[in-house]
Amino acid sequence: MTITDLRQALEVRPRMTIEASEAPPAVLDDAEVVFDVQGFSAYYGDFRALKEITFQIREHQITAIIGPSGCGKSTLLRGFNRMNDLVQSAHSDGQILYHGVDLYAPEVDPVEVRRRIGMVFQKPNPFPKSIYDNVAFGPRVAGFKGDMDERVEQSLRRAAIWDEVKDKLATPGTALSGGQQQRLCIARAIAVEPDVILMDEPCSALDPVATLRIEELMHELKQNYTIVIVTHNMQQAARASDVTAFLTMGDDRAGYLVEMDTTDKIFTRPEHRLTEDYITGRFG
Amino acid sequence: MTATSPSAGDLVALRLRGGGFDWRSYLLHGAMLLAMLLALGILLVLLADVAMRALPVLTQRPLDFLTSDLSSRPARAGIVQGLIGSLLLVFFVAILAIPVGVGAAVYLEEYARDTRITRFVRTNIRNLAGVPAIVYGLLGLAVFVTLLGLGKILIVGGLTLAILVLPIVVITTSEALRAVPGSIREAALGVGATRWEMVRSHVLPYAAPGILTGTILSLARAFGETAPLLMVGAVAGTFSGHGGLIEQLTGPYTALPTIVFNWAGQPQDEFRSLTAATIVVLVAVILLVNGTAIVLRNRYDRRW
Repeated sequence: MTITDLRQALEVRPRMTIEASEAPPAVLDDAEVVFDVQGFSAYYGDFRALKEITFQIREHQITAIIGPSGCGKSTLLRGFNRMNDLVQSAHSDGQILYHGVDLYAPEVDPVEVRRRIGMVFQKPNPFPKSIYDNVAFGPRVAGFKGDMDERVEQSLRRAAIWDEVKDKLATPGTALSGGQQQRLCIARAIAVEPDVILMDEPCSALDPVATLRIEELMHELKQNYTIVIVTHNMQQAARASDVTAFLTMGDDRAGYLVEMDTTDKIFTRPEHRLTEDYITGRFG
Repeated sequence: MTATSPSAGDLVALRLRGGGFDWRSYLLHGAMLLAMLLALGILLVLLADVAMRALPVLTQRPLDFLTSDLSSRPARAGIVQGLIGSLLLVFFVAILAIPVGVGAAVYLEEYARDTRITRFVRTNIRNLAGVPAIVYGLLGLAVFVTLLGLGKILIVGGLTLAILVLPIVVITTSEALRAVPGSIREAALGVGATRWEMVRSHVLPYAAPGILTGTILSLARAFGETAPLLMVGAVAGTFSGHGGLIEQLTGPYTALPTIVFNWAGQPQDEFRSLTAATIVVLVAVILLVNGTAIVLRNRYDRRW
């Protein structure tokens, strides 16, 4: 049973997630739900990192996840493409429905999940191989049989790095600057034609100019992809995202969702005191 | 500078210059230098002594010495059988220990879950690397020679040495694999690679220089090992071991370290020089192998 088979069965009605706000703004309601997170808790061994997270992520939007260090933002993000599987002690309960399919159901293949849900990491991590091979690796392992040169060029173009690298596709990806490396990593993620791109603080290792380029790029990419970004940088969340989810942690150090709303609302009229304190810098 | 009220500048100057002679640091410095010279000195004296003793043989009949058979007559004795035997042994070790050792390390590092059992296995591989070589010789004697009835043939010597260096290959390969950053694994898995695609296309290639260095060093170790070969029957006396490869592999054999061991015990004085000359050849080969490993490591060393 693959995810596509189950796509038809995904008529999951968008549930209201924010008890506090009676009428969620239109942007939360329009688009199709890509991820429906239902009571998702994540653990590392006995430690509970995330406590019963419930919210939705919608198609062709940029959803920012913000919150103080250690509140489980990255754990949540990595829950979306089962990257936490790599941590031996990690386990979870609750559900993350991706187009209606529970990503943690036993018959779901994490490799297939990661082909559909790409990821860009905090520190640019190009393979120490040529720029071309960096981009071509994903399609190759996915069994892509078409014109690889075209796929590579198209991916690099979409990642807004083609003009900078088109004359040196054979040079190692590691020889590029940090910002270029990160755009190369975005190209690498795009090359497998995913549906969603997860970004885990993609700009934290970059200078402001490179950061701006990535943010512009995200804006272009959301035409075709659903983007979830974890960020420490509140200006970035405010600038670049459509929807913002604010996580914090309780006394038990488990992260929980405080509120989620349009970015505009979160940054101007947050419902919760905690959110307000955080975005105004009084906490965190 | 007045004693009563020094200015701020004077105070700074006093502090900066007034450290005095730090004799403790110089003493320590000297002691460490001495330790280094001692270690190096002993080695140099040893090598020089061997080289001096080897001089008669190496100057009078260098080629003849390398290409002659073993003989009880010092004037005709040579080490060609030992050279061939040692090279064949190392070849065997390479084809047996490298695939098995690298495979085991890949399994332990990339596939095995971190359980009590795998931790136990890991610890014991380290312990195995420290087991005295003679014990492996006894193992080879008991299992291959006696139990399996293979006899004292070259293949058995190769098998025994392969088992001897296997833990070293596993450990060095594990370290090389661990040096590949986790972010690379995440990157590969993140675009939808399976674990095997990740290992084959990324982790193994990036770890290859380290694996190569480790395996070359373990082959050098096998090349110089004496004790286990004495147990599993490397012939120390004369024998006429020529002929095809099959006969070489299944017949009596000898190796350079075994020749050194044997000749050193001979009563005739001429064998002193022959022993020394064999040691020179042995050390030269090992230096060559280690040198290759260092060159390879420096050339392909990857910085993350």
